[in-house]
Amino acid sequence: MSEHVVPVKTYVGIFIALLCLTALTTGIAFVDLGAELNTVVALAIAVAKMLLVILFFMHVKYSPGLTKLVVLAGFFFLAILISLTLADELTRGWTANPGGWSVILPSVRFL
Amino acid sequence: MADTAVHHAHPPGFAHQFEDMEQQRDADSLGMWVFLVTEIMFFGGLFATYIVYRSLYLHAFEIGSRLLKVNFGAVNTAILIGSSLTMALAIHAAQAGKRKTEQVTFLVLTMIQGAIFLFLKFNFEWRADYAEHLIPGFGFIIRQEWGAAGSHVPMFFLFYFFMTGLHALHMIIGFGILIVLTVMANQGRFNADYYAPLEVTGLYWHFVDIVWIFLFPLLYLIGGRYAMSGGH
Repeated sequence: MSEHVVPVKTYVGIFIALLCLTALTTGIAFVDLGAELNTVVALAIAVAKMLLVILFFMHVKYSPGLTKLVVLAGFFFLAILISLTLADELTRGWTANPGGWSVILPSVRFL
Repeated sequence: MADTAVHHAHPPGFAHQFEDMEQQRDADSLGMWVFLVTEIMFFGGLFATYIVYRSLYLHAFEIGSRLLKVNFGAVNTAILIGSSLTMALAIHAAQAGKRKTEQVTFLVLTMIQGAIFLFLKFNFEWRADYAEHLIPGFGFIIRQEWGAAGSHVPMFFLFYFFMTGLHALHMIIGFGILIVLTVMANQGRFNADYYAPLEVTGLYWHFVDIVWIFLFPLLYLIGGRYAMSGGH
């Protein structure tokens, strides 16, 4: 179970892969991929690096299912946080702004 | 003694309420992960806010991003990854039942790399930012060449300093914990059966590494650097 000793070779391999991905993402930032592709590639590489760190350095690959579930739950709630925030922010322009009570009831006078 | 009837002998570091060492190890990691989930949400709020403001003031954020020192950012990313490797190797040394000097060596190497990261960030990056009047609240100067977007560039730098500052604070806390661990390792407290403090601190240190893995592209890279070097 969790008493799985990861060999040093694996750690060094992950380390080298992470360094290569860092060099790659830095290099690609100076190349114009057009439109939003630069952002997508940068974030895809960041996610790949994160998975390598979580699975091997943090031993989640060798952890019991309960630990894996808690890790997934964390990212699930992060996804809710970001997607619902954006669902509000990015759709505000879809409907006209309400004008407020003075527009709805133009003839009402408060004295 | 009445105590001997209740307490049976167990190895050092083994808590009475667990069935065996393995169950205790699983519980230790699980507890730390629950804490890290709260940390994910803690940083997640900042990341979500960053995404919203970047979408609102994209041009200003691109101007700000290109003013960051990408060489320092990239080198610091590599250093932090190196510190994660030595942290993992320190745990491995305990797991594999290696001598305590090996644990101490890797822990000290982790601290040295963490210190180099913070030194580069504070002494070179932030100092240069200050000299260039890029720190909001400390003589920030909005430049003519930024045009209409200029008034929103300080917003980018607020995010930059708050997010990297919060990350640096986490590293300083981690550094303090590593000092305690080094002392404990030097006392020979960790062995192949018991190394929970190392394992749990490793989880924290790697988490801080992951935060930086996202801060680096979000702050330094995706602001259209190709427009500076290329022929645009």
